[in-house]
Amino acid sequence: MARTIVPFGPQHPVLPEPIHVTVTVEDEIITDAVPALGYVHRGLETLADVRDHVQMIQVVERVCGICSMIHAACYVQGIEEMMGVEVPRRAEYLRVIWSELHRMHSHLLWLGLYADAFGFESLFMQFWRIRERVMDLMEATAGARVIISVNVIGGVRRDLDEDQCKWVLSEVEDVEKQIRQLQTTMLNDYSVKKRTVDVGVITKEQALELGAAGPCLRGSGVAQDMRMTGYGAYDDMGFEPIVETAGDCYARGAVRFRETLQAGEIIRKAIAGLPEGETSVKVRGRPKGEVITRVEQPRGELMYYIKANGSKNLDRLRIRTPTFANIPPLTAMLPGMELADVPVIILSIDPCISCTER
Amino acid sequence: MELECTTITRETVVDEVTKMKNDGYRFVTMSVVDLDEENVDLLYHFDKDLEVVNLRMAVPKKEPVPSISGVYFAAFLIENESKDHFGLEFDGLVLDFGGTLYLEEEVQRTPFCKYGVIRKDAEAAAEGTA
Repeated sequence: MARTIVPFGPQHPVLPEPIHVTVTVEDEIITDAVPALGYVHRGLETLADVRDHVQMIQVVERVCGICSMIHAACYVQGIEEMMGVEVPRRAEYLRVIWSELHRMHSHLLWLGLYADAFGFESLFMQFWRIRERVMDLMEATAGARVIISVNVIGGVRRDLDEDQCKWVLSEVEDVEKQIRQLQTTMLNDYSVKKRTVDVGVITKEQALELGAAGPCLRGSGVAQDMRMTGYGAYDDMGFEPIVETAGDCYARGAVRFRETLQAGEIIRKAIAGLPEGETSVKVRGRPKGEVITRVEQPRGELMYYIKANGSKNLDRLRIRTPTFANIPPLTAMLPGMELADVPVIILSIDPCISCTER
Repeated sequence: MELECTTITRETVVDEVTKMKNDGYRFVTMSVVDLDEENVDLLYHFDKDLEVVNLRMAVPKKEPVPSISGVYFAAFLIENESKDHFGLEFDGLVLDFGGTLYLEEEVQRTPFCKYGVIRKDAEAAAEGTA
Protein backbone atom coordinates (compact mmCIF):
# COMPACT_ATOMS: atom_id res chain seq x y z
CA MET A 1 0.00 0.00 0.00
CA ALA A 2 1.32 3.46 -0.89
CA ARG A 3 2.64 5.58 1.93
CA THR A 4 1.77 9.25 2.07
CA ILE A 5 3.33 11.87 4.29
CA VAL A 6 0.89 14.50 5.53
CA PRO A 7 2.17 17.60 7.32
CA PHE A 8 -0.13 18.53 10.22
CA GLY A 9 0.34 22.07 11.53
CA PRO A 10 2.01 24.27 12.57
CA GLN A 11 -1.07 26.30 11.62
CA HIS A 12 -4.29 24.34 11.91
CA PRO A 13 -7.83 25.38 12.92
CA VAL A 14 -7.78 23.18 16.04
CA LEU A 15 -4.37 24.26 17.27
CA PRO A 16 -4.35 27.25 19.59
CA GLU A 17 -0.55 27.26 19.36
CA PRO A 18 1.85 26.08 16.66
CA ILE A 19 3.17 22.51 16.60
CA HIS A 20 4.05 20.48 13.56
CA VAL A 21 3.51 16.74 13.27
CA THR A 22 4.74 14.79 10.26
CA VAL A 23 2.10 12.10 9.87
CA THR A 24 2.78 9.06 7.70
CA VAL A 25 -0.34 7.26 6.47
CA GLU A 26 -1.07 4.11 4.54
CA ASP A 27 -4.47 4.65 2.96
CA GLU A 28 -6.23 6.49 5.84
CA ILE A 29 -4.39 4.74 8.67
CA ILE A 30 -1.51 6.45 10.47
CA THR A 31 1.68 4.42 10.62
CA ASP A 32 4.05 6.97 12.10
CA ALA A 33 4.02 10.45 13.66
CA VAL A 34 7.05 12.65 14.30
CA PRO A 35 6.57 15.95 16.16
CA ALA A 36 8.59 19.08 15.41
CA LEU A 37 8.85 22.10 17.68
CA GLY A 38 10.57 25.46 17.54
CA TYR A 39 7.87 27.96 16.56
CA VAL A 40 7.55 29.71 19.93
CA HIS A 41 10.86 29.03 21.65
CA ARG A 42 11.87 32.01 23.80
CA GLY A 43 14.70 30.67 25.98
CA LEU A 44 13.09 32.07 29.14
CA GLU A 45 15.25 29.94 31.42
CA THR A 46 18.36 31.93 30.45
CA LEU A 47 16.75 35.14 31.73
CA ALA A 48 17.87 33.87 35.15
CA ASP A 49 21.35 35.08 34.10
CA VAL A 50 20.20 38.69 33.93
CA ARG A 51 17.17 38.90 36.23
CA ASP A 52 17.49 38.33 39.96
CA HIS A 53 15.62 35.60 41.81
CA VAL A 54 12.77 37.96 42.77
CA GLN A 55 12.32 39.34 39.25
CA MET A 56 12.22 35.77 37.97
CA ILE A 57 8.74 35.37 39.49
CA GLN A 58 7.41 37.69 36.79
CA VAL A 59 9.36 35.75 34.15
CA VAL A 60 8.06 32.31 35.14
CA GLU A 61 4.51 33.66 35.23
CA ARG A 62 4.95 34.31 31.54
CA VAL A 63 6.04 30.77 30.67
CA CYS A 64 2.35 29.96 30.27
CA GLY A 65 -0.58 32.29 29.78
CA ILE A 66 -3.08 29.74 31.04
CA CYS A 67 -1.55 28.55 34.30
CA SER A 68 0.73 31.47 35.16
CA MET A 69 -0.17 31.40 38.84
CA ILE A 70 0.84 27.74 39.22
CA HIS A 71 4.21 28.34 37.56
CA ALA A 72 4.92 31.13 40.02
CA ALA A 73 3.67 29.02 42.94
CA CYS A 74 6.05 26.22 41.95
CA TYR A 75 8.99 28.60 41.59
CA VAL A 76 8.48 30.43 44.90
CA GLN A 77 7.91 27.10 46.65
CA GLY A 78 11.37 26.02 45.48
CA ILE A 79 13.06 29.27 46.53
CA GLU A 80 11.27 29.17 49.90
CA GLU A 81 12.45 25.60 50.47
CA MET A 82 16.01 26.57 49.60
CA MET A 83 15.95 29.59 51.92
CA GLY A 84 14.13 27.78 54.73
CA VAL A 85 11.21 30.22 54.69
CA GLU A 86 8.17 29.34 56.79
CA VAL A 87 5.20 30.46 54.69
CA PRO A 88 2.09 31.56 56.68
CA ARG A 89 -0.64 28.96 56.56
CA ARG A 90 -3.17 31.51 55.31
CA ALA A 91 -0.94 32.19 52.29
CA GLU A 92 -0.75 28.47 51.51
CA TYR A 93 -4.56 28.25 51.62
CA LEU A 94 -4.89 31.28 49.36
CA ARG A 95 -2.44 29.70 46.91
CA VAL A 96 -4.69 26.63 46.81
CA ILE A 97 -7.75 28.77 46.06
CA TRP A 98 -6.10 30.61 43.17
CA SER A 99 -4.45 27.41 41.88
CA GLU A 100 -7.83 25.69 41.70
CA LEU A 101 -9.45 28.71 40.03
CA HIS A 102 -6.66 28.46 37.45
CA ARG A 103 -7.27 24.74 37.03
CA MET A 104 -11.00 25.41 36.57
CA HIS A 105 -10.50 28.03 33.87
CA SER A 106 -7.80 26.00 32.13
CA HIS A 107 -9.93 22.86 31.99
CA LEU A 108 -12.98 24.85 30.83
CA LEU A 109 -10.86 26.41 28.10
CA TRP A 110 -9.67 22.96 27.04
CA LEU A 111 -13.15 21.41 27.20
CA GLY A 112 -14.34 24.14 24.83
CA LEU A 113 -11.43 23.67 22.43
CA TYR A 114 -11.92 19.92 22.55
CA ALA A 115 -15.62 20.25 21.71
CA ASP A 116 -14.61 22.55 18.85
CA ALA A 117 -12.10 19.91 17.62
CA PHE A 118 -14.81 17.30 17.18
CA GLY A 119 -17.20 19.81 15.70
CA PHE A 120 -19.56 20.46 18.63
CA GLU A 121 -19.71 24.25 18.35
CA SER A 122 -22.53 24.88 20.81
CA LEU A 123 -20.79 22.85 23.51
CA PHE A 124 -17.62 24.85 22.86
CA MET A 125 -19.51 28.10 23.39
CA GLN A 126 -21.19 26.84 26.57
CA PHE A 127 -17.89 25.89 28.18
CA TRP A 128 -16.31 29.20 27.25
CA ARG A 129 -19.32 31.12 28.52
CA ILE A 130 -18.94 29.43 31.90
CA ARG A 131 -15.19 30.05 31.86
CA GLU A 132 -15.79 33.79 31.71
CA ARG A 133 -17.30 33.60 35.22
CA VAL A 134 -14.06 32.06 36.51
CA MET A 135 -12.04 34.76 34.76
CA ASP A 136 -14.23 37.35 36.49
CA LEU A 137 -13.49 35.66 39.82
CA MET A 138 -9.77 36.01 39.23
CA GLU A 139 -10.08 39.62 38.15
CA ALA A 140 -12.16 40.47 41.20
CA THR A 141 -9.88 38.70 43.68
CA ALA A 142 -6.46 39.34 42.17
CA GLY A 143 -6.88 42.28 39.81
CA ALA A 144 -6.18 40.47 36.53
CA ARG A 145 -7.80 37.79 34.44
CA VAL A 146 -4.84 35.62 33.45
CA ILE A 147 -1.47 36.66 34.88
CA ILE A 148 -2.70 37.31 38.38
CA SER A 149 0.75 37.77 39.99
CA VAL A 150 -0.28 36.91 43.53
CA ASN A 151 2.81 34.96 44.55
CA VAL A 152 5.79 36.45 46.33
CA ILE A 153 8.66 34.69 48.05
CA GLY A 154 7.27 34.18 51.54
CA GLY A 155 3.55 34.19 50.76
CA VAL A 156 1.02 36.01 48.62
CA ARG A 157 0.55 39.70 47.93
CA ARG A 158 -3.27 39.74 48.14
CA ASP A 159 -5.82 38.60 50.66
CA LEU A 160 -9.52 37.71 50.56
CA ASP A 161 -11.83 39.34 53.09
CA GLU A 162 -14.99 37.72 54.43
CA ASP A 163 -17.30 39.30 51.85
CA GLN A 164 -15.06 38.25 48.99
CA CYS A 165 -14.95 34.69 50.32
CA LYS A 166 -18.77 34.57 50.45
CA TRP A 167 -19.03 35.93 46.95
CA VAL A 168 -16.42 33.47 45.61
CA LEU A 169 -18.34 30.60 47.20
CA SER A 170 -21.65 31.62 45.66
CA GLU A 171 -20.04 32.16 42.24
CA VAL A 172 -18.19 28.81 42.35
CA GLU A 173 -21.42 27.07 43.31
CA ASP A 174 -23.18 28.62 40.34
CA VAL A 175 -20.30 27.73 38.00
CA GLU A 176 -20.40 24.12 39.20
CA LYS A 177 -24.15 24.01 38.63
CA GLN A 178 -23.69 25.20 35.07
CA ILE A 179 -20.88 22.69 34.44
CA ARG A 180 -23.08 19.86 35.75
CA GLN A 181 -25.74 20.84 33.23
CA LEU A 182 -23.24 19.92 30.50
CA GLN A 183 -22.24 16.61 32.10
CA THR A 184 -24.70 14.44 30.18
CA THR A 185 -23.65 15.96 26.88
CA MET A 186 -19.92 15.78 27.57
CA LEU A 187 -19.85 12.28 29.00
CA ASN A 188 -22.84 10.47 27.46
CA ASP A 189 -23.62 12.08 24.11
CA TYR A 190 -23.50 9.70 21.13
CA SER A 191 -21.52 12.08 18.90
CA VAL A 192 -18.95 12.85 21.57
CA LYS A 193 -18.40 9.18 22.31
CA LYS A 194 -18.24 8.34 18.62
CA ARG A 195 -15.30 10.71 18.17
CA THR A 196 -13.42 9.92 21.39
CA VAL A 197 -14.01 6.37 22.65
CA ASP A 198 -11.19 3.95 21.67
CA VAL A 199 -9.39 6.80 19.93
CA GLY A 200 -5.73 7.51 20.74
CA VAL A 201 -5.36 4.76 23.32
CA ILE A 202 -2.26 4.43 25.50
CA THR A 203 -2.13 1.71 28.10
CA LYS A 204 -1.07 2.19 31.70
CA GLU A 205 2.30 0.58 30.94
CA GLN A 206 2.86 2.82 27.89
CA ALA A 207 1.88 5.94 29.82
CA LEU A 208 4.43 5.14 32.54
CA GLU A 209 7.15 4.11 30.13
CA LEU A 210 6.70 7.18 27.94
CA GLY A 211 6.71 9.52 30.95
CA ALA A 212 3.14 10.84 30.58
CA ALA A 213 1.90 13.41 33.10
CA GLY A 214 -1.42 14.67 34.46
CA PRO A 215 -4.72 13.65 32.87
CA CYS A 216 -2.79 11.67 30.21
CA LEU A 217 -1.37 9.51 32.99
CA ARG A 218 -4.53 9.37 35.11
CA GLY A 219 -6.69 8.69 32.04
CA SER A 220 -4.66 5.49 31.59
CA GLY A 221 -5.29 4.27 35.11
CA VAL A 222 -2.27 5.64 37.01
CA ALA A 223 -3.32 7.37 40.23
CA GLN A 224 -0.61 9.99 40.29
CA ASP A 225 -1.15 13.65 41.02
CA MET A 226 1.39 15.94 42.69
CA ARG A 227 -1.35 17.24 45.00
CA MET A 228 -1.19 13.81 46.67
CA THR A 229 2.20 14.87 48.10
CA GLY A 230 0.32 17.49 50.14
CA TYR A 231 2.43 20.45 49.06
CA GLY A 232 1.27 23.85 50.34
CA ALA A 233 -2.13 23.44 51.99
CA TYR A 234 -3.17 20.40 49.93
CA ASP A 235 -2.42 18.21 52.94
CA ASP A 236 -5.58 19.66 54.53
CA MET A 237 -7.80 19.17 51.48
CA GLY A 238 -8.27 15.39 51.71
CA PHE A 239 -7.26 15.20 48.08
CA GLU A 240 -7.98 12.07 46.03
CA PRO A 241 -6.87 11.88 42.37
CA ILE A 242 -9.42 11.34 39.62
CA VAL A 243 -8.59 8.29 37.55
CA GLU A 244 -10.04 6.67 34.42
CA THR A 245 -8.72 3.43 33.00
CA ALA A 246 -9.53 3.30 29.27
CA GLY A 247 -6.53 5.41 28.20
CA ASP A 248 -8.40 6.91 25.23
CA CYS A 249 -9.41 10.47 24.34
CA TYR A 250 -12.72 9.99 26.14
CA ALA A 251 -10.95 8.97 29.37
CA ARG A 252 -8.62 11.98 29.27
CA GLY A 253 -11.61 14.24 28.67
CA ALA A 254 -13.57 12.63 31.50
CA VAL A 255 -10.65 13.14 33.92
CA ARG A 256 -10.53 16.85 33.08
CA PHE A 257 -14.29 17.28 33.26
CA ARG A 258 -14.43 15.69 36.72
CA GLU A 259 -11.37 17.65 37.86
CA THR A 260 -13.16 20.87 36.96
CA LEU A 261 -15.91 19.98 39.43
CA GLN A 262 -13.34 18.74 41.95
CA ALA A 263 -11.59 22.14 41.78
CA GLY A 264 -14.84 23.70 43.03
CA GLU A 265 -14.94 21.30 45.97
CA ILE A 266 -11.32 22.10 46.88
CA ILE A 267 -12.02 25.85 46.73
CA ARG A 268 -14.97 25.34 49.12
CA LYS A 269 -12.79 23.36 51.54
CA ALA A 270 -9.99 25.93 51.37
CA ILE A 271 -12.34 28.84 52.05
CA ALA A 272 -14.08 26.95 54.87
CA GLY A 273 -10.75 26.24 56.53
CA LEU A 274 -8.99 29.51 55.67
CA PRO A 275 -6.93 30.29 58.79
CA GLU A 276 -6.53 33.77 60.25
CA GLY A 277 -3.14 35.42 60.14
CA GLU A 278 -0.53 37.02 57.92
CA THR A 279 -0.39 36.46 54.19
CA SER A 280 3.37 36.82 53.84
CA VAL A 281 6.60 37.01 55.77
CA LYS A 282 9.57 39.21 55.03
CA VAL A 283 12.38 37.32 53.37
CA ARG A 284 15.95 38.56 53.49
CA GLY A 285 19.05 37.19 51.85
CA ARG A 286 19.67 35.25 48.69
CA PRO A 287 19.07 31.59 47.89
CA LYS A 288 21.92 29.10 47.93
CA GLY A 289 21.77 25.41 47.09
CA GLU A 290 19.96 23.09 44.77
CA VAL A 291 16.33 22.05 44.83
CA ILE A 292 13.70 20.19 42.85
CA THR A 293 10.14 21.29 43.37
CA ARG A 294 6.96 19.88 41.84
CA VAL A 295 3.32 20.93 41.70
CA GLU A 296 0.28 19.82 39.72
CA GLN A 297 -0.61 22.07 36.82
CA PRO A 298 -3.89 21.57 34.93
CA ARG A 299 -1.89 19.61 32.32
CA GLY A 300 0.03 17.57 34.86
CA GLU A 301 3.21 17.49 36.86
CA LEU A 302 5.29 20.67 36.66
CA MET A 303 8.90 20.40 37.81
CA TYR A 304 11.42 23.14 38.54
CA TYR A 305 15.09 22.47 39.13
CA ILE A 306 16.73 25.49 40.73
CA LYS A 307 20.42 25.95 41.52
CA ALA A 308 21.70 29.05 43.28
CA ASN A 309 25.07 30.10 44.68
CA GLY A 310 24.03 32.93 47.00
CA SER A 311 24.56 35.66 44.40
CA LYS A 312 21.91 37.90 42.86
CA ASN A 313 21.24 35.60 39.91
CA LEU A 314 20.39 31.93 39.91
CA ASP A 315 22.99 29.49 38.62
CA ARG A 316 20.41 27.48 36.71
CA LEU A 317 16.66 27.38 36.35
CA ARG A 318 15.23 24.41 34.53
CA ILE A 319 11.52 24.07 33.90
CA ARG A 320 9.93 20.77 32.86
CA THR A 321 6.36 21.39 31.82
CA PRO A 322 3.69 18.68 31.52
CA THR A 323 3.14 19.09 27.77
CA PHE A 324 6.86 18.45 27.27
CA ALA A 325 6.28 15.12 29.05
CA ASN A 326 3.15 14.36 27.03
CA ILE A 327 4.68 14.71 23.56
CA PRO A 328 6.40 11.26 23.56
CA PRO A 329 3.07 9.58 24.56
CA LEU A 330 1.40 11.49 21.69
CA THR A 331 3.67 9.65 19.24
CA ALA A 332 2.25 6.38 20.60
CA MET A 333 -1.39 7.53 20.52
CA LEU A 334 -1.45 8.30 16.79
CA PRO A 335 -0.28 5.11 14.98
CA GLY A 336 -3.18 2.85 14.00
CA MET A 337 -5.70 5.70 14.07
CA GLU A 338 -7.39 7.36 11.10
CA LEU A 339 -6.08 10.63 9.70
CA ALA A 340 -9.36 12.35 10.66
CA ASP A 341 -8.66 11.55 14.33
CA VAL A 342 -5.38 13.51 14.44
CA PRO A 343 -6.90 16.84 15.61
CA VAL A 344 -8.89 15.21 18.41
CA ILE A 345 -5.92 13.11 19.58
CA ILE A 346 -3.53 16.07 19.61
CA LEU A 347 -6.09 18.15 21.51
CA SER A 348 -6.58 15.29 23.98
CA ILE A 349 -3.14 15.87 25.54
CA ASP A 350 -4.16 19.52 26.13
CA PRO A 351 -1.06 20.83 24.36
CA CYS A 352 0.46 24.04 25.67
CA ILE A 353 3.29 24.74 23.28
CA SER A 354 4.45 28.03 24.83
CA CYS A 355 4.94 26.06 28.05
CA THR A 356 6.73 23.27 26.26
CA GLU A 357 9.22 25.45 24.42
CA ARG A 358 9.53 28.15 27.09
CA MET B 1 21.11 22.57 50.61
CA GLU B 2 22.37 19.86 48.28
CA LEU B 3 20.27 17.64 46.08
CA GLU B 4 20.43 13.96 46.92
CA CYS B 5 21.95 12.24 43.88
CA THR B 6 23.67 9.03 42.90
CA THR B 7 26.85 9.74 40.96
CA ILE B 8 27.23 7.87 37.69
CA THR B 9 29.68 7.99 34.79
CA ARG B 10 29.48 7.87 31.02
CA GLU B 11 30.41 4.19 31.19
CA THR B 12 27.62 3.30 33.63
CA VAL B 13 24.79 5.67 32.64
CA VAL B 14 22.92 3.31 30.33
CA ASP B 15 23.15 0.41 32.79
CA GLU B 16 22.02 2.60 35.69
CA VAL B 17 19.11 3.98 33.71
CA THR B 18 18.12 0.49 32.56
CA LYS B 19 18.11 -0.55 36.20
CA MET B 20 15.78 2.35 37.03
CA LYS B 21 13.43 1.25 34.28
CA ASN B 22 13.46 -2.35 35.46
CA ASP B 23 12.67 -1.13 38.98
CA GLY B 24 9.54 0.60 37.66
CA TYR B 25 10.68 4.22 37.68
CA ARG B 26 9.09 6.78 35.36
CA PHE B 27 11.51 9.08 33.53
CA VAL B 28 10.67 12.67 34.49
CA THR B 29 13.35 14.66 32.70
CA MET B 30 16.99 15.58 32.56
CA SER B 31 18.63 18.86 33.62
CA VAL B 32 21.87 20.22 32.22
CA VAL B 33 23.92 22.64 34.31
CA ASP B 34 26.82 24.57 32.83
CA LEU B 35 29.68 24.16 35.30
CA ASP B 36 32.60 25.91 33.60
CA GLU B 37 34.28 26.38 30.24
CA GLU B 38 34.81 22.65 29.78
CA ASN B 39 32.19 20.70 31.76
CA VAL B 40 28.49 20.29 32.35
CA ASP B 41 26.52 18.40 34.97
CA LEU B 42 23.80 16.07 33.69
CA LEU B 43 21.05 15.22 36.15
CA TYR B 44 18.56 12.48 35.33
CA HIS B 45 15.31 12.69 37.30
CA PHE B 46 13.04 9.69 37.87
CA ASP B 47 9.85 9.19 39.82
CA LYS B 48 8.19 6.28 41.60
CA ASP B 49 5.32 6.53 44.11
CA LEU B 50 5.70 10.34 44.08
CA GLU B 51 9.36 10.18 45.18
CA VAL B 52 12.05 11.68 42.95
CA VAL B 53 15.36 9.90 42.46
CA ASN B 54 18.28 11.68 40.78
CA LEU B 55 21.37 10.46 38.98
CA ARG B 56 24.21 12.91 38.36
CA MET B 57 27.25 12.87 36.13
CA ALA B 58 29.75 15.55 35.18
CA VAL B 59 30.88 15.30 31.57
CA PRO B 60 33.15 17.29 29.26
CA LYS B 61 31.08 19.36 26.83
CA LYS B 62 32.95 18.23 23.78
CA GLU B 63 32.74 14.48 24.36
CA PRO B 64 29.62 12.57 23.32
CA VAL B 65 27.33 11.19 26.01
CA PRO B 66 25.56 7.83 25.62
CA SER B 67 21.91 8.46 24.87
CA ILE B 68 19.31 6.92 27.17
CA SER B 69 16.58 7.29 24.54
CA GLY B 70 17.06 3.61 23.68
CA VAL B 71 15.98 2.78 27.23
CA TYR B 72 13.39 5.51 27.80
CA PHE B 73 12.10 6.75 24.43
CA ALA B 74 10.76 9.85 26.22
CA ALA B 75 14.35 11.04 26.71
CA PHE B 76 14.73 11.84 23.00
CA LEU B 77 13.07 15.23 23.46
CA ILE B 78 15.22 16.49 26.33
CA GLU B 79 18.38 15.11 24.73
CA ASN B 80 17.58 17.04 21.56
CA GLU B 81 16.86 20.14 23.65
CA SER B 82 20.24 19.77 25.39
CA LYS B 83 21.88 19.46 21.99
CA ASP B 84 20.27 22.75 20.92
CA HIS B 85 20.98 24.62 24.14
CA PHE B 86 24.38 23.29 25.20
CA GLY B 87 25.81 21.74 22.03
CA LEU B 88 26.03 18.31 23.65
CA GLU B 89 26.27 15.22 21.46
CA PHE B 90 24.40 12.04 22.32
CA ASP B 91 25.50 8.67 20.95
CA GLY B 92 22.58 6.52 19.83
CA LEU B 93 19.86 9.18 19.99
CA VAL B 94 16.81 7.43 18.50
CA LEU B 95 15.29 10.55 16.95
CA ASP B 96 17.95 13.15 16.22
CA PHE B 97 16.90 16.64 15.13
CA GLY B 98 20.56 17.57 14.58
CA GLY B 99 20.50 20.64 16.84
CA THR B 100 17.39 22.09 15.20
CA LEU B 101 14.62 21.05 17.62
CA TYR B 102 14.09 24.70 18.57
CA LEU B 103 16.82 26.52 16.66
CA GLU B 104 17.36 27.22 13.00
CA GLU B 105 20.31 25.70 11.18
CA GLU B 106 22.10 29.04 10.92
CA VAL B 107 22.27 29.39 14.72
CA GLN B 108 25.88 28.53 15.49
CA ARG B 109 26.10 29.36 19.18
CA THR B 110 24.75 27.31 22.04
CA PRO B 111 22.57 29.87 23.82
CA PHE B 112 22.42 28.23 27.25
CA CYS B 113 26.19 28.01 27.76
CA LYS B 114 27.15 30.90 30.03
CA TYR B 115 30.75 30.64 28.90
CA GLY B 116 30.08 31.26 25.22
CA VAL B 117 30.89 27.86 23.77
CA ILE B 118 30.53 27.67 20.02
CA ARG B 119 29.17 24.56 18.42
CA LYS B 120 31.61 22.00 17.15
CA ASP B 121 30.50 22.27 13.57
CA ALA B 122 30.98 26.04 13.71
CA GLU B 123 34.46 25.56 15.16
CA ALA B 124 35.29 23.08 12.45
CA ALA B 125 34.03 25.52 9.85
CA ALA B 126 36.15 28.29 11.39
CA GLU B 127 39.22 26.04 11.44
CA GLY B 128 38.60 25.10 7.84
CA THR B 129 38.67 28.71 6.72
CA ALA B 130 41.64 29.70 8.92
